[in-house]
Amino acid sequence: MQYTDKVMKEFTKPKNQGEMEDYDGLGRVGSAVCGDVMEIYIKISKNKEGKEIIKDIKFKTFGCTSAIASSSMLTQMVKGKTIEEAEKITKQNVVDELGGLPPIKIHCSVLATDALKSAIDDYKKKKKLN
Amino acid sequence: MKRIYLDHSAATPVDKEVLKAMNPYFKKDYGNASSIHYFGRTAGTAVEQARKIIAGKLNAETDEIIFTSGGTESNNLAVKGIAFEKKKGHIITSKIEHDCVLNACKWLETQGFEVTYLDVDKEGIVNIEQLKKSIKNSTILVSIMHANNETGVIQPIEEIGKICREREVLFHTDACQSFTKENIDVKKMNLDLVTINSHKIYGPKGAGALFIRRGVTLTPLLHGGGQEKKLRSGTINVSGIVGFRKAVEINHKLDYIKKLRDYLINRIEKEIPNVRLNGHRTKRLCNNVNFSFKFVEGESILMMLDKEKISVSTGSACSSDSLEPSHVLVSMGVPIALAHGSIRFSLGKDNTKEEIDYTIDKLKIIIKKLRDLSPLKEEDYAVHR
Repeated sequence: MQYTDKVMKEFTKPKNQGEMEDYDGLGRVGSAVCGDVMEIYIKISKNKEGKEIIKDIKFKTFGCTSAIASSSMLTQMVKGKTIEEAEKITKQNVVDELGGLPPIKIHCSVLATDALKSAIDDYKKKKKLN
Repeated sequence: MKRIYLDHSAATPVDKEVLKAMNPYFKKDYGNASSIHYFGRTAGTAVEQARKIIAGKLNAETDEIIFTSGGTESNNLAVKGIAFEKKKGHIITSKIEHDCVLNACKWLETQGFEVTYLDVDKEGIVNIEQLKKSIKNSTILVSIMHANNETGVIQPIEEIGKICREREVLFHTDACQSFTKENIDVKKMNLDLVTINSHKIYGPKGAGALFIRRGVTLTPLLHGGGQEKKLRSGTINVSGIVGFRKAVEINHKLDYIKKLRDYLINRIEKEIPNVRLNGHRTKRLCNNVNFSFKFVEGESILMMLDKEKISVSTGSACSSDSLEPSHVLVSMGVPIALAHGSIRFSLGKDNTKEEIDYTIDKLKIIIKKLRDLSPLKEEDYAVHR
C-alpha cells in the first residue's frame, strides 16, 4: 500500500484544521467504532452576485492517513466556492486531487464529502428555522 | 538520526554472524542435500548439524525436527497434518492465534471438522477452565500459541501441556515469537508439536521447523521427493537452515532488551496521558510493547512515525485489508475504538537507548498533533464499547 506524495503532504501538514466558534453549519459523520470520524464547520457569506459562498471552513478528523489527507484536501477545494458548486464535489474529485488513494481506502476514509453535505444541510435547516 | 526499526516481531535483520555462516552455501557448498556425492554430503552434513543444534534448544531429539519454509507452513503442517491423519474430529484452538492457525482451522471446519475457539481474559491469557471443559472424546488436537505476536502475552503452555497429556490429546504450540526468548522444553512441557522459525531471531526468511514428537504421525501437505522423512518434500533450503542454526547460537541480549522495553513502557505511561498498555504487564515477551492511544487512530500514528524514520506496526483496521481492527485486541475486550488506536513496538538486540528516547520524543509530538486534529471526546468512548 502506497500513498502519493500529495497525500503525505496533506496528512503531515493539513490545512484548515480546527474548530469554529461562530459557525453557520456543522456536520459530523462516521463512528469511533468504524475508525473514522469527521467534523466539518462552515461559515457562509454572500459574494458580489449575492450567491451564498463557503467563506470559511474547518475540519477535525479521527482516522487514518487518507481520512486526514482527504479532509484537508476537500476543505481547500470548497473554500470560497458557492454552496451550489461545493455540493457538486464528489469523493472521486477529492481522490483525483490527491493523485489517487489505495482502492480499499476510498469507500471508508473519504467521508469528507459526506461531512460537508451534512454541514450544508445543517446550515439550510437553521436558515429555514430563522 | 538513521532509521529506527521497532518491528522485530515482523522480521529481524539477519545477524552478521548468521550471514557469514550462510555464505559458503551459496557459491561453494551449493549441493543438493539429497545428493550422495561430495557436494551433496557437504550440504547434508550442514543440515544435520543444524538439526542437532535446533533440537537441543528445545530439549528434543534430533530426529524430531522437520525443516519447513517457515511459521505458516509449520503451523499448517501441524494442524492440517494431524487433521488429515485422523480424518475427522474436534480441534481446540484460541481466538488470538496467528491467522495461519485460525484460517487453517476455519478451512478445516468446511471439511467437516469441528473447531472450538477458546476465549482469552482481558490480559490476553487463554481460559484454562474452558479448555478443560472443551476437551471431549473426539478431540484430536489442541493448538495454542506460546506467545502472541501482537501483545507478546505468554500462555501457560506447561499447564496446557499437562492437561492435554492427562487427557491424551495432542498439543501443538506456535512458538514463532517465543523461540529463543522463552525457555521451551518439549519434554518437561509435554509438547507434541512445536512451530519455530528463523526470521524472528535474526536468521533469514524462508526457514522454519516443526518439532514432531516421536510416535506422532501426520499426513504431509507436500508430496514429492520424500525429503524430511517424507513429511516435507522439496529441495532442502540448506543456506537458510544453516542461518537458522547460527541464529539460535548468537547472543540475543534478552536482559538488555527487557530493560529497554520497561524503559519504553514507563516513559510512555508517565509522559503521554490517556494510554493503555495492551496485554499482561509481566507475562509478556521481553521485546513487546503494545499501547492504545485514546482519541487517535493507529495507522496515522504509524505513518507519522514513519515520516520521522521510525518503523512500528499497528492493530488498526486501516492497516489491514479486512478493515477490521486486531482480532487479538478485540478478543481481549479492548474497546474497538481503542483497538483502532493501537501501536506495537517490538524491540531487538541492536536497538539503543538513544533510539528509544528519540522515538518517545517524536511520539509525544505526534500524539499531541493527532489529538489536536481529532474530534473525539471522552463520551465517544462511553457510547461505543
